[in-house]
Amino acid sequence: MLNIRRIPISALAGILVTLLFVLAAIFTPWIAPYPDAAIVGDVWAPASAAHWLGTDNLGRDLLTRLLYGARITLFIAFLATVLSFTLGASLGFSAAVVGGWFDELLSRFVDLIMSIPTLIFALVVLSVLPSTTLTLILVMGVLDSTRVFRISRAVAVDINVMDFVEAAKLRGEGRLWIIFREILPNALSPLVAELGLRFIFAILFLSALSFLGLGVQPPNSDWGGMVKDNKEGIVFGIPAALLPAAAISVLAISVNLVADWILNRTTDLKGGRGNG
Amino acid sequence: MARAAKNAPDRTSDTLLDIRNLRIEATVYPPGEDPKNVVIVDDVSVKLERGKVLGLIGESGAGKSTIGLSSMGYGRGGVRITGGEVILNGRDILKGGPSGFRKLRGREVCYVAQSAAAAFNPAHRLMRQVIEASLKHGVSSRAEAEKRAIALFKEVSLPDPEHIGNRYPHQVSGGQLQRVMTAMALCSKPDLIVFDEPTTALDVTTQIDVLAAIKKAIRDTGVAALYITHDLAVVAQVADDIMVLRHGKKVEKGDTHQIIKEPRQAYTNALVSVHSIPHEEQKPAAPLLSVKNVTAAYGGGTVKVLKNVSVEVAAGQTLAVVGESGSGKSTLARAITGLLPPMEGSVEFDGRTLPKRLADRTKNDLRELQMIYQMADVAMNPRQTVGTIIGRPIEFYFGKRGRERDRMVAELLDKIEMGTGFGDRYPAELSGGQKQRVCIARALAAKPKLIICDEVTSALDPLVANGILKLLLNLQKEENVAYVFITHDLATVKSIADSIAVMYQGSVVRYGPKSKVLAPPFDAYTDLLLSSVPEMELGWLEKAMASRRMEAAGN
Repeated sequence: MLNIRRIPISALAGILVTLLFVLAAIFTPWIAPYPDAAIVGDVWAPASAAHWLGTDNLGRDLLTRLLYGARITLFIAFLATVLSFTLGASLGFSAAVVGGWFDELLSRFVDLIMSIPTLIFALVVLSVLPSTTLTLILVMGVLDSTRVFRISRAVAVDINVMDFVEAAKLRGEGRLWIIFREILPNALSPLVAELGLRFIFAILFLSALSFLGLGVQPPNSDWGGMVKDNKEGIVFGIPAALLPAAAISVLAISVNLVADWILNRTTDLKGGRGNG
Repeated sequence: MARAAKNAPDRTSDTLLDIRNLRIEATVYPPGEDPKNVVIVDDVSVKLERGKVLGLIGESGAGKSTIGLSSMGYGRGGVRITGGEVILNGRDILKGGPSGFRKLRGREVCYVAQSAAAAFNPAHRLMRQVIEASLKHGVSSRAEAEKRAIALFKEVSLPDPEHIGNRYPHQVSGGQLQRVMTAMALCSKPDLIVFDEPTTALDVTTQIDVLAAIKKAIRDTGVAALYITHDLAVVAQVADDIMVLRHGKKVEKGDTHQIIKEPRQAYTNALVSVHSIPHEEQKPAAPLLSVKNVTAAYGGGTVKVLKNVSVEVAAGQTLAVVGESGSGKSTLARAITGLLPPMEGSVEFDGRTLPKRLADRTKNDLRELQMIYQMADVAMNPRQTVGTIIGRPIEFYFGKRGRERDRMVAELLDKIEMGTGFGDRYPAELSGGQKQRVCIARALAAKPKLIICDEVTSALDPLVANGILKLLLNLQKEENVAYVFITHDLATVKSIADSIAVMYQGSVVRYGPKSKVLAPPFDAYTDLLLSSVPEMELGWLEKAMASRRMEAAGN
């Protein structure tokens, strides 16, 4: 069904690079040249045989830090995305199917949250709550779920008025069957594409939070935190801050390429076996 | 200079359009397979003299629109004209290139599309769009073009011809818009007009007005026309000659009289006699369903769409509910099923009163009352296989699973005259008729006592629709199921109904056994409805127009 020759080059490159990042994140403890957070050289040493990418502001190996950074970044972004989708999609579908005051209540509540700039909202909440990875994931996931709610509700409202859903209602099917068996399979394609995009936004959001000092706390560090730690070096022409920044953009672009391709492939609502 | 002279239209000969050995192909990209070529039109030749009307007739996929558009050198949706010649006014237009096409489209050949609402630009006034082609081609000045447009509006009997051009497309009715489009096509004084199903999307009472307007305009302006339709009775009213097409090939060509009275090919004969299904009217019996004084409204009671409606159906019989769009016939179905709880009145079924709201009805109430929809392709979940679609009611109502369920699905597939191999197919992999059959099987799977059929055949080709009707009648005999058959097509009603309810603006205006409803004396609306159904007979249109007692609503 899925023929590798028919995947466009851009999507293929996106898949390869994304896969590379994921594998690197999973196998970090085995492939990283040095232990995490260990000071192994001079401050901001240039690239050498011992330190392929040089060292950071405290003399830690930059490649090691990048690998561990990928691990934390991807881990948090992944869990936050999963949370936002579970929450947003189930509430969005329920709002569309149940309708009435339930829909009105949820939609207006989401409008309310979305009217506050996400970053400021997160900064306020995170500065009050204890800074653990769990709170970070929860805050990111809940804030992001408002956007997932909107798109899944919109998609489900479209499908909910189709005759086959009415036929299921006439048959007497319960809401769970209608949501999971009639609507979900037809809403999956746009949601999968959205999943990729939301994953990128989670990475960017996390990086921004860490850059502002409210994300991942030292001695651990994600890419955003690494940019923060090394940003003074830019003045002296030291590229240590640029490498994590580049990692963020390369990952964002490659995931985007994959998401684009999925979206293009599945935008038609014809169904059936899909068009390979 | 020589080239220009060669491409100039030559209006001296009698033959206007001469399409020779036309071949049209397209590349399709089936999922999971390599792209392949399909031949849409294969070796078709069409000859049309000045001022004559040729009807192109066939089912969907016969290539009739494609041939029609080739007369202006246009291939819709990426189809390619790969062979043959299209000679218009003495020169092969296919050799003219893009600039040649630009010169002839809107000047020598004009096009009237099926959906007028989609063909007009909603942001511009009608007059501007009607005279656009004349101005672009420099046929006349703006003042002259507007004068001609107003004369044409009069010609196609539009109300208030002086001012209707100032309106926007959404400010006139569908039937009027279709007539404005005819005027638009005539405005630049073309030699040929291609009518592509101009009345198919209209109500039957509006269709006859538009048809009469088109016929009069063609006769008075002396323009030649290609008239494309799937309805032989319609084309018989306007065409001089008829060509029957099937699968992109010519089946038969002849003058109108010969085609409808003495068809030489079996396929033409099938098309001509499509509407006659023998059906013995059943005697009135004790009602299975009785709808009593039902009033229903949308928007919390502000817009009443059903007013005090009472009808009955006996077990194993068929009630046909007839009316134009907007008459409330589909709303009646929604009130019976509980999707739209009636404000007043009650629905009695099998000796008990059904709760008004769908949510209050028992599983058994729901099982015994099934529904089949007009658009079969949106009535089935595109991500479920035929086996799942038919199997679900069996699972849901009777708790049968696994092999037992599969056996019953196979039985049902057999009943709807489809093989067991269809169980694994998805709806997208079925033809229109097959889709509707699967929907019928899904309704039957619940072993219902009553099935509501909402315009189940109106989206289908006549021959396919005929098959579906025969199937429904057979199933009624076998399963003793009653039908409430909602339709706007009176020919269908004649073939299947035992009793008929005629609806007009939310009320039942005539109701009773078929033989009584279809026998005079008629009320004004039923008369209009009955006299508007095209009959396969020369000169029917003039007779019908002369004997009308009531204006159609769309006028």
